[in-house]
Amino acid sequence: MDWQRLLTNVVGEAFAPTTAAYALAAIGLNVHFGLTGLLNMGQAGFMLLGAYGFAITATAGWPIWSSVLVALLAASVFGLILGIPTLKLRGDYLAIVTIAAAEIVRLVGRSTSLTGLTGGNAGIAGDGFKNSFESLSPLGDGRTQVGPFEYSNSLSNSWWIRIVAWVIVALALYLVWRWTRSPWGRVLKGVREDEDALRSLGKNVYSYKMQSLVLGGLFGALAGILYVLPRAVQPDSMGRPMTFYVWTILLLGGAATVFGPVLGSVLLWTILMFVTSFLREVVPETVLRTEQIAMLGWILVGLTLMLLVIFRPQGILGDKKELSINAH
Amino acid sequence: MQRTAPPAQARPLAHRDNQKRRLGRLRRLLAGLIVATGAVLTLAGPASATEGQCVPSASIACLGGKIQTAAGEPAVGVSVTAEGNGESVSTTTGADGSWSLAVTGDGDYAVSVDPATLPAGETLRQPESNPRSVTAALKQTRAALFPLGTPEGETGGEATSSPSDSSSDEPGVAAPTAAGSTSKVAQQAVNGLIFGLLLALASVGLSLLYGTTGLSNFAHGEQVTLGAVLAYVGTQLMDLPLVVAALAAVIGGAASGWLQDWGIWHRLRKRRIGNTQQMIVTIGLSMVLQYGFQFFFGGSRLRITIANPVPVQIGPVIISEQSLISGVIAMITLVGVAYFLTATRVGRATRAVSDNPALASASGIGVEQIIRLVWTLGAALAALGGVLIALYFNATSWNMGGTILLLMFAAVTLGGLGTAYGALVGSIVIGLVAEMSSLVIPSDMRYAGALLILIFVLLVRPQGILGRAERIG
Repeated sequence: MDWQRLLTNVVGEAFAPTTAAYALAAIGLNVHFGLTGLLNMGQAGFMLLGAYGFAITATAGWPIWSSVLVALLAASVFGLILGIPTLKLRGDYLAIVTIAAAEIVRLVGRSTSLTGLTGGNAGIAGDGFKNSFESLSPLGDGRTQVGPFEYSNSLSNSWWIRIVAWVIVALALYLVWRWTRSPWGRVLKGVREDEDALRSLGKNVYSYKMQSLVLGGLFGALAGILYVLPRAVQPDSMGRPMTFYVWTILLLGGAATVFGPVLGSVLLWTILMFVTSFLREVVPETVLRTEQIAMLGWILVGLTLMLLVIFRPQGILGDKKELSINAH
Repeated sequence: MQRTAPPAQARPLAHRDNQKRRLGRLRRLLAGLIVATGAVLTLAGPASATEGQCVPSASIACLGGKIQTAAGEPAVGVSVTAEGNGESVSTTTGADGSWSLAVTGDGDYAVSVDPATLPAGETLRQPESNPRSVTAALKQTRAALFPLGTPEGETGGEATSSPSDSSSDEPGVAAPTAAGSTSKVAQQAVNGLIFGLLLALASVGLSLLYGTTGLSNFAHGEQVTLGAVLAYVGTQLMDLPLVVAALAAVIGGAASGWLQDWGIWHRLRKRRIGNTQQMIVTIGLSMVLQYGFQFFFGGSRLRITIANPVPVQIGPVIISEQSLISGVIAMITLVGVAYFLTATRVGRATRAVSDNPALASASGIGVEQIIRLVWTLGAALAALGGVLIALYFNATSWNMGGTILLLMFAAVTLGGLGTAYGALVGSIVIGLVAEMSSLVIPSDMRYAGALLILIFVLLVRPQGILGRAERIG
């Protein structure tokens, strides 16, 4: 067995752009759930809208800042529309509505009648929208090898996207860290712990929940852009399972902690990579086909989610006193 | 999460009134439904199974065309065959030269005419495009044209390719369907009614479970898939007759519900794990089960029966015999469930637990046994629903339950989360909306329309149609 290649793959996964994108989406979900206690089951909807907003405008030749702006706008409008009917409702209603809304985004996006805009269920090919991002790269052409890792400098799954993605994740972490220590963040935690107490203090709980939903959604939209930049926009790969992975990541690392989402994302993807590559090496093709091994990996993720929630709902970094999932 | 119960002593009187009113409403509703099916069935009597005309539905894709001689006369009795997706169907053109074929899946079909059956002296104008490849799509009619005349040789290719590319919902130009808009509405309404009944069967368990435990079970869709997959194993891998396989699937489903409650949920309730936490556990479970199905059965469509559906004409509407029988089975089962809940001791106990578990427990009802029963019954009904829905869609796959899970949630929320009859009313509305919205919006967006209703209901009447107003904020 080729241990060196396996380890290279696993470590490479730890700082892959996808890992960063999921970490960022989980940071957004952390604002929703960890800070405010909102059960948002539609984070993939924010990500998909962000991806569409960016890819459609970038394909049309808009400059990159305007494409990102459109993505952020789309996500905030989505958050507002979603929040108006649901934020006054009980937590599980919010869960059902957000999951339904995310499905609506996907179903409309993949509809053949919108093929001209969204590419239907085939999605939007990467070549069309990557240019504006790749041309910003100061790294130039060619490929660079650092240790065992060799990637293109600027194109597709490049060093450039890795640097940008992790810088954005770092900024997001800094913001969340500041927010948790700010008076505003303390109000959000208050909403999570006891809405009625906050109402009696004269706070507008509805407005705080809305701010949280939109802000977390913005992180989701950025995560969506980072997720599609090394590949293409494919609506069916950004459905409900994506939301569930983000939840697993958040609960694994620890909700209501600053570094939980990043730790969760790195752990989930490296472990998944390790398990699937290991099985691929060890188990012959006749016993388990390659796609069956991938299925086993996802079954493992589902099991992890179940066991985590039952036995360690605070995750690795969390504090059980800080977070009770049943706040509402 | 916890339902806020009003003080116990104030409750019974007002509550009984409420209950009576709800029961009355339920009786009227059931009576209406029974009359409606009666009407459908009597209409079905005199009508005969039609062979010729194919009407696209959620499970049927149509291919059609009209063959005319070079002089413009209809070419009668030409044999046309479509092959693809592992099936092969054939027909002959009618008195007006038109033909239509029902196929059961999306995908490419090779459509060919038998040149030997052409009218005397006629030849295909483009012999090189026989067979012609046509992409069939569910709920749509796609045209395949075979112009007759003197062979054109190499110039013949381009003019004919356009009809098969049209992806509109309207029948293709040469398609023989004379369906007007009213019959199309009626067609979709009947499809919607049947789909709604099947959906109700699948979602009763979801609603009952929410009522008795307060748990939103995101893995309920997988119970539906389980039923369908078990029926597939029965008919295709073990060669059992469909009815036996379906019964086995229902028993298997019931067993899985019992086992699940015994192995997981009962223990979680004992550990006092809250409902929101349990809800996330169901999400994890749904992932495990979905990928589990995919692990064993792969990602492709699994057909429970291979036979092509027999269409039955009822007035202006054509549905397959299978769908009709499924609808009747669903209706009988739902009436049975309603009888169980209203007229039997255990059923009344179930409703008592649903109304107020603490009070029910205090009055000597074994709450845990009732919940175990609800899990078993709900999973069995979901399995039956799964088998029938798979027959309705003509195939199942690992994610069938996941696809309709949100429709089920929409249905039970619309009807009133936790009320069993709410699931029925809500399902029929959602079924009708899902099928009829394809008259106005593209058919691949029709589930989105149903989900949109869910959001509007929560905005206007969050307790649902039959739900009791309670504090939910």
